[in-house]
Amino acid sequence: MKFRSKIIDVGCLNHFTRVVNTVSKLTKSCVLRLTRDHVYFVLSGKVSTGGVSMWCELLQVNFFDEYQMEGVSADANEIFLEVTPENLSRALKTAQNAKSVKMKLTKKNCPCLTLAAELPSLSSVSRVVTHDIPVDVIPKRLWQDFREPQMPDFDVSIYLPPLKTMKSVVDRMKNLSNYLVMEANLKGEMNLKIETDLVSVTTHFKDLGNPPWGDDGSQTVSQSREDNLMAEVRVDIRKLQQFLTGQQVNPSKAMCNIVHKRILHLIFLHEDVSLQYFIPAVV
Amino acid sequence: MPLSTESQTDNDQYILIASLDNARNLSNILKAISLRDHAIFNATQNGLKVTVEDSKCLQANAFIQTDIFQEYTIKEDAVGFQVNLTVLLDCLNIFGGSTVPGVCTALKMCYNGYGHPLTLFLEEGGVVTVCKINTEEPEEPIDFDFCSTNVTNKVILQSDSLKEAFSELDMTSEVLQITMSPSHPYFRLSTFGNSGNAHYDYPKDSDMMELFQCTKTQTNRYKMSLLKPSTKALGLSCKVSVRTDVRGFLSLQYLVRNDDGQICFVEYYCCPDEEVEEE
Repeated sequence: MKFRSKIIDVGCLNHFTRVVNTVSKLTKSCVLRLTRDHVYFVLSGKVSTGGVSMWCELLQVNFFDEYQMEGVSADANEIFLEVTPENLSRALKTAQNAKSVKMKLTKKNCPCLTLAAELPSLSSVSRVVTHDIPVDVIPKRLWQDFREPQMPDFDVSIYLPPLKTMKSVVDRMKNLSNYLVMEANLKGEMNLKIETDLVSVTTHFKDLGNPPWGDDGSQTVSQSREDNLMAEVRVDIRKLQQFLTGQQVNPSKAMCNIVHKRILHLIFLHEDVSLQYFIPAVV
Repeated sequence: MPLSTESQTDNDQYILIASLDNARNLSNILKAISLRDHAIFNATQNGLKVTVEDSKCLQANAFIQTDIFQEYTIKEDAVGFQVNLTVLLDCLNIFGGSTVPGVCTALKMCYNGYGHPLTLFLEEGGVVTVCKINTEEPEEPIDFDFCSTNVTNKVILQSDSLKEAFSELDMTSEVLQITMSPSHPYFRLSTFGNSGNAHYDYPKDSDMMELFQCTKTQTNRYKMSLLKPSTKALGLSCKVSVRTDVRGFLSLQYLVRNDDGQICFVEYYCCPDEEVEEE
């Protein structure tokens, strides 16, 4: 098992840092999956994480100037590591102005992801800051727990409103309630609702547009569904707020799929990053 | 659902309708009195008065007169109700309370009478939020019986000068002592904290002092914990009038200029903490 990589381009470094920061805001611990072409951050919904799952996918070539990996075996050419993204995020913070950042899998006292940042210096002697981030190597028999989540058979798919507006609304609603109902239909309308003993608040968004899923996508929206019919999901408002607050990806496309009374599936797409977040419905 | 398309019949059922092009003009002034959750609303033909009280010793009032509103319709002489102020403020700021010029939240506030919720329609950038805040029967606000004929001492200051003093006040002091006198030290704020005593003196001919009318030397103490929330009002205001009456009751009146340059008033009344021997 081998992994070594290098980022030189400062734009790529910043971009990668933003992705790691986003992930670290969403979860304390996750799985870093390395394949030949992709780097993934994966959180699979367990009771301990409130049932939330995350799937973040990066195209390796768009971030790394050098990237070599050798998986556990030729027929299973992948590496699964359990990491604390906060550690990675902190290490990358010191590497902000680095001339280059090397990231490799090492064996110290325990398996480590070693991050070496070459910092600019005035003299000819280079300064290198090295971080050893302990990781757990996940054995192959457990890999199946971290497979890409199935695209749920959603009732409604809709583009999200401007995230800044949505965040403001969700932030205030969180002050007022623990749960939020999100509902949307195929006419591009979405409502965010809370209701407590003291107050009920509904924010109405319209003209959002519904993403065309079809031949190229995995889903064909049932033709029979009425445009006006709302699909709704009631979620823990903190989970949604966390996602909106933590994201530093600034997606070019943000959308969500609602499986009526079951799952809220949020998707952020950026050129070379995709971030999916699944929030289970609560009763 | 948008504000404009609401039918006339919907409007007919309300006994109070108040609209603002900029919800901040209401939320800012309410923030200045947000020292407790319970706010008593009292609407009359002259406008809206909102009262918040603490420990029967402190009362804060905000006045938003009719001409601040773009629309103000009241079908009874007086309409009163009580709502949770924290909830109301969160609702008014649902879109984040942007301070970017040109971006503001339009508000229409409606009340249907006893037993009905206070309904807010808020709109920003085509997005509409409807809030229904449950109302309670209004409590009778305490009458502090602060009457201008009983005022012994009065000063009007530029708020900036008092802001500076308040930001430096020793909060470990349990009380703020205010001395007003026709002779030295004229206007003095004193604290008695862990690290010693501090006095802030304002000479009566200071540029910051717009008016100085003190007839009798008076020293009174007020609980710091009670006065502290008044700094919210101070921060928004441009002028403040400090008055004490014969009983030592304190009145702080703040003149607040809103985003559109209009003027509103916020007023705090506070009971003195204890009798202090005059020097």
